[in-house]
Amino acid sequence: MLATRAISLVGKRAISTSICVRGGHGVAKVDDYALPAYFDRRENPLPDVQFVTELSAEQKSLKEKEKGSWATLSNEEKIALYRISFKQSFAEMNEGTKEWKSVIAGMFFFIGMTGLVVLWQRKFVYGPVPPTFESEWKEKEVQRMLDMRINPVEGFSAKWDYENKEWKK
Amino acid sequence: MSLAKPAMRGLLGKRLRFHLPIAFALSLVAAAAFKYGVTEPRKQAYADFYKQYDTTKEFNNMREAGVFESVRPTGK
Repeated sequence: MLATRAISLVGKRAISTSICVRGGHGVAKVDDYALPAYFDRRENPLPDVQFVTELSAEQKSLKEKEKGSWATLSNEEKIALYRISFKQSFAEMNEGTKEWKSVIAGMFFFIGMTGLVVLWQRKFVYGPVPPTFESEWKEKEVQRMLDMRINPVEGFSAKWDYENKEWKK
Repeated sequence: MSLAKPAMRGLLGKRLRFHLPIAFALSLVAAAAFKYGVTEPRKQAYADFYKQYDTTKEFNNMREAGVFESVRPTGK
């Protein structure tokens, strides 16, 4: 009772696909992607299904042998059983790829492209630089800073020799 | 093939026991290095500067250079 009420909250479509044979329609076809899948993930060490779905005759007999005492299994058989259940071992799934080389290459490429764009911009987009950057202006600016004793302890004016009117050696 | 059973527990504890003392030690070293490499010399520089500082002389120099608005240079 509770289940059907819960289903009616989910939606009318869910009723026909999930539970029962209603109105003589039968159970809907279950697509592959709806079934439990196998995947190699470090955080999900035991997937819902084993890797090999159709066992060969050899593998079937091995599975039968597995039902007995495991001490009788040789190392090769143990590995074969592992490979039936799992596609890659943890070492294999965790190993790095060479993808970083493409990443670095891409980075350099786009930085280069950006550099070209910036050069073009400097030439064709920006106007002239303000007059405050001319040498004459800068000389007057530095003289004024020294007169004001900017940072006289450790910084700017500390490097100027006021007696001899030159930069300290 | 029998491999040893890997460590199943206490992994975080082991990592912390290894890394935390190192982290603390390095932080202390960084702090000490900054204190004795930067702040102490800086304090000393300021102390030395102001020991020899003649306020009136500096004021007059700045005044003659014409950077003040409240006092014009002497003359004129």
